[in-house]
Amino acid sequence: MSREDYEAVIGLEVHAELSTKTKIFCSCANEFGGDPNTHICPVCTAMPGSLPVLNEKVVEYAVKAGLATNCTISKDSKNDRKNYFYPDTPKAYQISQYDKPLCENGYVEIETADGNKKEIRIERIHIEDDAGKLNHDDFGGDSLVDLNRAGVPLIETVSKPDMRSAEEAEQYLRKLKSIFEYIEVSDCKMQEGSLRADVNVSVRKKGTSELGTRTEMKNMNSFRSIVRAIDYEIDRQIDLIEDGGKVTQESLRWDDVSGKTFSMRGKEDAEDYRYFPDPDLVAIRLSDEYVEKIRAELPELPEIRKQRYLEKYKLAEKDAKLITSSKYLSDLFEQAIEVCNNPKAVNNWIISDISRILNETEMEPSEIPFDAKQLGELVILIDKGTISSSIGKKVLTEMFENPRNPEEIIKEKGWIQISDEGAIKEVVMKVLEANQKSVEDYKAGKDKALGFLVGQAMKETKGKANPQMLNKMFKEELNK
Amino acid sequence: MDITELTVHELQDKLKKKELTVTQITKAYVDRINEKEKDVQAFVTVLTDEAMKQAQDIEEKINRGENKGEFEGIPIGIKDNMCTKGVKTTCSSKMLENFVSPYDATVIEKLNNENLINLGKLNMDEFAMGGSTEHSYFHNTFNPWNLNKVPGGSSGGSAAAVAANLVPWSLGSDTGGSIRQPASFCGVVGLKPTYGLVSRYGLVAFASSLDQIGPITKDVYDSAMLLNIIAGHDERDTTSANIEKKDYVKALKNDVKGLKIGIPKEFYGEGVEPDVEAKLKEAIEKYKELGAEVEEFSLDVAEYSLAAYYIVACAEASSNLGRFDGVRYTYRPKEVNGLWDLYKKARSEAFGDEVKRRIILGTYVLSSGYYDAYYKKAQKVRTLVMKEFDKAFEKYDVIITPTSPTVAFDIGGKIDDPLSMYKSDICTVSVNIAGLPGISIPCGVDSKGMPIGMQIIGNKFQEETILNAAYTYEQATKFRENYKPKC
Amino acid sequence: MQVSKEELLHIANLAKLELKDSEVEDYLKNLDNILEFSKIINNASTENLDITIGANEAKNVFRKDEVKVFEDNEDLLQNAPVKENNMFKVPKIL
Repeated sequence: MSREDYEAVIGLEVHAELSTKTKIFCSCANEFGGDPNTHICPVCTAMPGSLPVLNEKVVEYAVKAGLATNCTISKDSKNDRKNYFYPDTPKAYQISQYDKPLCENGYVEIETADGNKKEIRIERIHIEDDAGKLNHDDFGGDSLVDLNRAGVPLIETVSKPDMRSAEEAEQYLRKLKSIFEYIEVSDCKMQEGSLRADVNVSVRKKGTSELGTRTEMKNMNSFRSIVRAIDYEIDRQIDLIEDGGKVTQESLRWDDVSGKTFSMRGKEDAEDYRYFPDPDLVAIRLSDEYVEKIRAELPELPEIRKQRYLEKYKLAEKDAKLITSSKYLSDLFEQAIEVCNNPKAVNNWIISDISRILNETEMEPSEIPFDAKQLGELVILIDKGTISSSIGKKVLTEMFENPRNPEEIIKEKGWIQISDEGAIKEVVMKVLEANQKSVEDYKAGKDKALGFLVGQAMKETKGKANPQMLNKMFKEELNK
Repeated sequence: MDITELTVHELQDKLKKKELTVTQITKAYVDRINEKEKDVQAFVTVLTDEAMKQAQDIEEKINRGENKGEFEGIPIGIKDNMCTKGVKTTCSSKMLENFVSPYDATVIEKLNNENLINLGKLNMDEFAMGGSTEHSYFHNTFNPWNLNKVPGGSSGGSAAAVAANLVPWSLGSDTGGSIRQPASFCGVVGLKPTYGLVSRYGLVAFASSLDQIGPITKDVYDSAMLLNIIAGHDERDTTSANIEKKDYVKALKNDVKGLKIGIPKEFYGEGVEPDVEAKLKEAIEKYKELGAEVEEFSLDVAEYSLAAYYIVACAEASSNLGRFDGVRYTYRPKEVNGLWDLYKKARSEAFGDEVKRRIILGTYVLSSGYYDAYYKKAQKVRTLVMKEFDKAFEKYDVIITPTSPTVAFDIGGKIDDPLSMYKSDICTVSVNIAGLPGISIPCGVDSKGMPIGMQIIGNKFQEETILNAAYTYEQATKFRENYKPKC
Repeated sequence: MQVSKEELLHIANLAKLELKDSEVEDYLKNLDNILEFSKIINNASTENLDITIGANEAKNVFRKDEVKVFEDNEDLLQNAPVKENNMFKVPKIL
């Protein structure tokens, strides 16, 4: 059989760290980084006798996430212990939710490669505590345990196995990320691990409905590696089956350097988590009023915002989608317009140069080092003719590399456009004199020669001459 | 006058009248400990020097006229599973042999706020698992009434220390009878409050849904006073009840006229020692004399409760004790071959047999394939037991049973038969399963002179009712005036 | 015997306990005894009854999302038998 006879079945378990002020079960600061073991207390270090108390914001944020992804919010919910031994889990259990998650049966919509809409169903969203971090010792391979992250609140969003390709998985994760950013429950910084996914992959013959044996790739935190890993794993599984082998259900580790997956060794050899209701925490019961209040306070979601851009700013569908896919980009767009009042220009900057740089540098939109006001000012400088748009591109690059006000950049670099008639005339005369051949060509009817002359003048002024004025003046001189 | 014979309310009275000073009281206890501790061995950690210094500080304050609380300068002993900052908290385990808590348990904060003086940390069965204090890693504790007998457990040190006048009163913890049974064996008063009345924050967990801290005292009046100090809502324990604070001393009316007492017949008869049964019958007659209305009824929950108790308690314990892994607390095996070996060696070497037995049982009943048959079924039995008690409390104000079917047994008598040890909890566990308050008070001695305990069970948060019932009986019978431990 | 030796060792492994050969018999017998005794709960009629998790029926006991710093930070590591750079040290996973 050939590759085309198989289809992939992909499901994601997405962990998002919530951006609450404190941890889920204690009052320690929920902050990324910091010296090892500085945001800890008896509760998150599992000192004997300490007890967890649930942070009300964690429940609120999870309900928000559930509502934004069309879930049903459970009236009755509880916390369960998932028991296992590992040094990053000081209690020897994670407090998660087993049979009564806060949110169930939701979906988000993605766009498939052929441009059709597809619903990816969400089985559940539940709350749980994050583990600490193991740092590897320089000598001997021992590990050092830092519990700053232990107890950071997480929501785990479990999809149904509804995705059929790496692209769909990427689309789904991007959608989820943008929703969580919009409702401001998580900063979703993948490089810091505040958004990460366990990816389940299996393959089956097309036309069959039974699920194949799946493998799970744990803790993936970049779109690029997720796509590569899924593609690799699909191929590996098909090859295995085609060679008469069988896929074993196991946890895998994706290695970005070799581009391969490896079996994870060393974790619990026999996994039996012995879930049971945590007797230290009382049950959760959410009233309709509570849920409806949160629903009423939900901010504008990406889909709605996109529609607004289509109508109000007449953006192209593709552009509106790209901009609204990130709350940060979209806020940048709106705030820059307030400064420069030129939606078309801001749109162009975002969809072309800014997006390109983000892609090339694998930077998250939220890491853009300049603000909306500076982007707006850049647009104004071009609109006023202070700089040309080609200089504008250089200014933007500079804003990424060494962020400061565009005005400052062009002053410092001497990039202000030459629009002084005397100065332009001087250059024009100089170029004409040095290029007699082109002058003759032009006079003989070769219009192309004009372009060459303007180019020479730009070269002479290092791109700073106002191109419209150059054109006009060359024509005047040549037609004399 | 032997100061250590006095109850706390008598000490308070003498302090108020300036017949005694704070240092005199503490000194009397320090002397008593120095004299008797070698026989009773109630302590894991003795804090006599610290206590004397604290007593002097308090006395100076009092002399400067800065005296505040009514309990200032009263000594106390603490079961060694309540976290005390700067003082070892061992749970009588090798695992925590040198563990010093970075924080104080809520009950300890409350004692400190009242300026009580901690005389030391008291011995117990390791991690509160046991009924004889023989499962302490460090040493046995001996029953002051007969040093060949166990003091009961798991709060054996707390009960023996009060009985032997090594401390005027103490705190114990009760998961299945661990305050009431040793109180019964040692002829003192032990109260297990309603689940949620006293904060568990800082109590090293055995079974989170059952554990409660409570007072062990010489008499009922002291019990009410100590409950006044330790009861109350705590934001750090979500299972702590958010109810109005009461004054339990005010509940002591010395009057049980019209009190409806239920006598559950299943708690008497088979398995109960004849002397125990006889003394309970006498006590019940006494209540009738005092004007209470007594009725026998059927409450067939004892055996179900016992089975459900061991399933639930061990399941929770198997998870609660997972954190003891050789990484963050004192015990670390010497040579290990990798992480898993560290875990296994630390836990196998530093937990005693009884703890390991219970962890294995608890792990088993939660493991895949057995969860429904054992754990889930037991949780349903729990609901059943609660409903049966609810029904009983529609008719009765209190329920009276023996605290234990037997008096204190010989040291070594049951140590090789865990199941028979478990079965001696038969009268007490249903109270924990249902989350109810129960008090054990002495109601006589057997033919060999060993004390017998009577358990008075109340409805949820009806501590006032059981304290008054206990107080009224105590005032009418004066056990302490008639019987004294040998030691 | 309702529990096999293999099962007991599997359970012990889940609980990260190591039983010596000489202990296995004893643990097996004790586990068996208590499980046998526990069967009595099957006689309890619990049809239509919910489970009880704890004795406290309160719901929604939450905490405000406000930072409180635990002051005695170094005391949290004071009991660790092996530490390095203010972190708990554990041997490698073999």
